[in-house]
Amino acid sequence: MAERERRTTPPYGGVFVPRTRVMSAEDVRRALWRMAHEIAERNHGIDDVALVGLQTGGVELARRLAVNLEEVDGEAPALGTLDVALHRDDIGVRPVLPEAVTDISFDVDGITVVLVDDVLFTGRTIRAALDALHHYGRPRAVQLAVMIDRGHRELPIRPDFVGKNLPTRRDEVVDVNDEGVDLGELIK
Amino acid sequence: MTDASVAQASPGTGHGHAEHRHLLSVQDLGRSGIEEILRLTDTFVEVSSRAIPKAPALRGKTVVSLFYEDSTRTRLSFETAAKRLSADTMTFSVGTSSVKKGESVRDTVETIDAMGIDAVVVRHGSAGVPWQVAQWLGGRVSVINGGDGWHEHPTQALLDCYTIREHLGGNDTDFTGLRIAIVGDIKHSRVARSDVLAYSALGAEVTLVAPPTLLPPSLVGWPVRVSHDLDDVLGEVDVVGLLRMQQERMGEALVPSLREYTHRYGLTAGRLGRLADKAIVMHPGPMNRGVEISAEAATSARSVILDQVRNGVAVRMAVLYLLVGSGVSLT
Repeated sequence: MAERERRTTPPYGGVFVPRTRVMSAEDVRRALWRMAHEIAERNHGIDDVALVGLQTGGVELARRLAVNLEEVDGEAPALGTLDVALHRDDIGVRPVLPEAVTDISFDVDGITVVLVDDVLFTGRTIRAALDALHHYGRPRAVQLAVMIDRGHRELPIRPDFVGKNLPTRRDEVVDVNDEGVDLGELIK
Repeated sequence: MTDASVAQASPGTGHGHAEHRHLLSVQDLGRSGIEEILRLTDTFVEVSSRAIPKAPALRGKTVVSLFYEDSTRTRLSFETAAKRLSADTMTFSVGTSSVKKGESVRDTVETIDAMGIDAVVVRHGSAGVPWQVAQWLGGRVSVINGGDGWHEHPTQALLDCYTIREHLGGNDTDFTGLRIAIVGDIKHSRVARSDVLAYSALGAEVTLVAPPTLLPPSLVGWPVRVSHDLDDVLGEVDVVGLLRMQQERMGEALVPSLREYTHRYGLTAGRLGRLADKAIVMHPGPMNRGVEISAEAATSARSVILDQVRNGVAVRMAVLYLLVGSGVSLT
């Protein structure tokens, strides 16, 4: 899951060395459970709500949120995935290649789209996602769910649903994986 | 030419290099390069299906079509691909240019380059012109071979591979076990040369079917089988790729008559019925209906000719993005 963050974090590439476990797998599970309730509460149910997981770190989280929402609200929301590579603002600054094919097989016109990602950092991925999303139609609203908000925003973007706020240094790396969430460094 | 391969255009190769890369021959790509482009094409097929079928990936880039030969689909396909990537496009066609006043290819290329461009698609009647253009432009501009003489037409081969994968390969780029016949005017066909290289790189078994006069003088080193009898191979192939009779390139009578050619090598309605169950029919266009392909074959359910055209745009988006946008070679 940290692959994309490794690439999008200067100096682009290296080996992630975890230092501190900041959330356990259980913590992530509970956070996803709470976030599902918050999404249902904010939107008065999940009629006309769709989840879109950002490749690659947000895809599995979006799938798990959808499972939770089905339990919370009795109905599974529409689920899609989005690869923002072609909409990034750093094409030409560093190597950028799409990693997966976007799959949004529902009509986004007039619905509420909840973008799901693992880590919110500079906000540039979300800007690219907003740009990409509008090529599919005009959602009524777009909300943002992230497991980790690590700060250091470079754009006026904020999350609506957060698993954990995690103060970090810029040069640290956050890795959301099957065992939980780790904070560490990239060793070049 | 391996240093010109877009196969190296993957993340992690570094950044900040001023060197642009070219697509001059299928040989530059190798199997991994072909597979990389086919994989990336899936993304651009999806982009093309959006309500707004565009991505801003090549904003601020300029792509030039430099066509010294007539073309409908290749030129329009590249232009559509560039526009869907939000690049600016310029078109040069020989009929309306200073070539008529005697301007050389080199002067033309350098003039266009001086306007500030990022990629140029070159089509020319002589083999090697795209390579020569790449030498002149150094590393400043990506050069894409849009068809040079009898030599190569790499993006056609890539879109043919993508179309075959779409219809017969599932999601697999391994063509091992696939039997592909290329039928017709092999001698004058750059498509055939690029197709043979690409199909065999992916593992397919290729058979060339043509009268001896329409085969190249030597096939030494070609990874193909040769047959002079279409009816012999018809029942046992998965793909029949037909080629146009390129009468404009024939300086002499290579077949007794077009009627006789059709009789022996045309995909007639009768031969269509003898194809294997799942076999598909391909043609790079433009078709001579009634010569190498009958109207029935061109419009039958087996025909994937319009899929080839549709996929061509996405394949060229993938090539343009890899060469110009993906970031390996940009400052």
